[in-house]
Amino acid sequence: MMKKRKNLGDIGNSALFLGPTLLFFSMTVLLPFAYGLFLTFNKMDTPADPVQFAGLLNYISAINDQEFWKSMWLTVRFVVATVFFVNLVGFGLAYLVTSGLRIQNTLRTAYFTPNLIGGLVLGYIWQFIFVQSLPALGTKLGISWLELGWLGDPTMAFWSLVIVTIWQTSGYMMIIFIAGLISVPKELIEAAKIDGAGPLKRLLNVTLPLMVPSFVVTVFLSLKNAFMVYDLNFALTAGGPYGTTKMVSMHVVNKAFIESNYGTGQAEAIILFIIVAIVTGVQVYTSKKMEVQA
Amino acid sequence: MRNQRIISSTFLYLLSIIALVAFIFPFVLLIINSFKSNGEILTSPFALPEKLDFSQFIEVYNLMNFGVTFTNSFIVTTLSTFFIVFFSAMAAYHLVRRPSKFNKFFFTVLVASMVIPFQSLMIPLIYIYGAKLQLIDAIPIPLLIIFYLGFGSALSVFMFHGFIKAIPIEVEEAAKIDGCSTLQTFFLIVFPMLKPIAVTISILNVLWIWNDYLLPSLVLNHPDVYTMPVQMKVFNGTYMNNWELLIPAILLTVIPILVMYIIGQRSIINGVMQGSIK
Repeated sequence: MMKKRKNLGDIGNSALFLGPTLLFFSMTVLLPFAYGLFLTFNKMDTPADPVQFAGLLNYISAINDQEFWKSMWLTVRFVVATVFFVNLVGFGLAYLVTSGLRIQNTLRTAYFTPNLIGGLVLGYIWQFIFVQSLPALGTKLGISWLELGWLGDPTMAFWSLVIVTIWQTSGYMMIIFIAGLISVPKELIEAAKIDGAGPLKRLLNVTLPLMVPSFVVTVFLSLKNAFMVYDLNFALTAGGPYGTTKMVSMHVVNKAFIESNYGTGQAEAIILFIIVAIVTGVQVYTSKKMEVQA
Repeated sequence: MRNQRIISSTFLYLLSIIALVAFIFPFVLLIINSFKSNGEILTSPFALPEKLDFSQFIEVYNLMNFGVTFTNSFIVTTLSTFFIVFFSAMAAYHLVRRPSKFNKFFFTVLVASMVIPFQSLMIPLIYIYGAKLQLIDAIPIPLLIIFYLGFGSALSVFMFHGFIKAIPIEVEEAAKIDGCSTLQTFFLIVFPMLKPIAVTISILNVLWIWNDYLLPSLVLNHPDVYTMPVQMKVFNGTYMNNWELLIPAILLTVIPILVMYIIGQRSIINGVMQGSIK
């Protein structure tokens, strides 16, 4: 009797503590994920139609969708460029604001500011800069490469997206790197100094290997953000000029909600998921192996 | 040696000031252009405004339906964040203190779900709650909050989980002996100890939810329920390239979060730093 009541109490406690999270997580992540997989094997022209089994048809049309692979390849290049530069700039900023400058707290606050603003609004802000301000400056000073609107040229539009992403997210990575840099033991740096290692050698051989745990986090975050970029892409270039900067996320959104091609759109979204899962999995696994103990 | 140090610190100052200018100039540019007319913006975007004219702000405030839009964003952000923190703390506590097979499995699923891109969930999400259940038109704002509770839970439970693991269990056992129920122990003893990580998790959720665009744009289909980013998108569509209206609109959209940052900058920076460590 006693034991039974205790068991009931346990179940009650589980329901109370875990219940809400379990419910909302299932409603928004588990159920849609499972249902989304189910939908990719079915045919649906409009949401109102009954679903019909379609086998691999959606995946076949996704694989044959050249626009999809074009946007995927563009996204991969965007990922490579932003992961590299965001981490480089983020680490550089962290190094600057931990080197003992008197204004370093003000600098940290300022460098982090772009993170407060969402990609959509940042896109509009930078549109004003690229479309309006820089050309006006170029005309005034007679600098021809500023005069042309960058967003009108496919290559420059791509790099504009990269530049704004660096500007937006490197402050966040800086904070993570600061936490890592602070935890590097001072004795190790001192010991290397006594052994005659210059600043660059100390950075490469002492600091950086101890920073691997920070890089695991920052590379993961910047990878994931870059693969999923939508807001900034939508607001800054809207995929233009002529669809040359349409990233995979925007392609999927358009496929589903503008072309109403839900089946193919969802199959492409699942392919995106598989790619992101493999890439981030490999990244976390290999970089965890690079970690060293101080 | 001393000269070298002065040179290197001058160099560091120089670098950091260049970076500072790069990070701040877009905001300065926005502010100085927000008082100008279209003609002035087109000819001299870098000059200071001829006069301080607030009339465009008032016009944009009305055009954006700012009072309603701000309230929507505020309700969605605060309620979502409050419930995410509350429920995630409870769930994480339960997962740490009752490591049953199911609980371990559920925690693994939560953590693994963090690599699922939102794009892989949005089509079925809209299909189920829009086309099938018709909830998107019936209760857009409560539904959006429920979605945030679901999408926010993984990272928040994960962060609470790491924090709670480090809390010694003895205090709780003492409370139990004194006759506290599990619920009382959690709310009276454990939850107060979670304050630092709860602040961090709140900040991360507020920044994300306040600025989120794609999910609200799919769920909120009526101007009365728009949040700030959705309204900004619609506004930009209506007044394309009309910068004398767009710039004040952008500023009105970012001012609330900038004010929050100015008030709580130290805890925001520290919060993000805490969050990254584990």
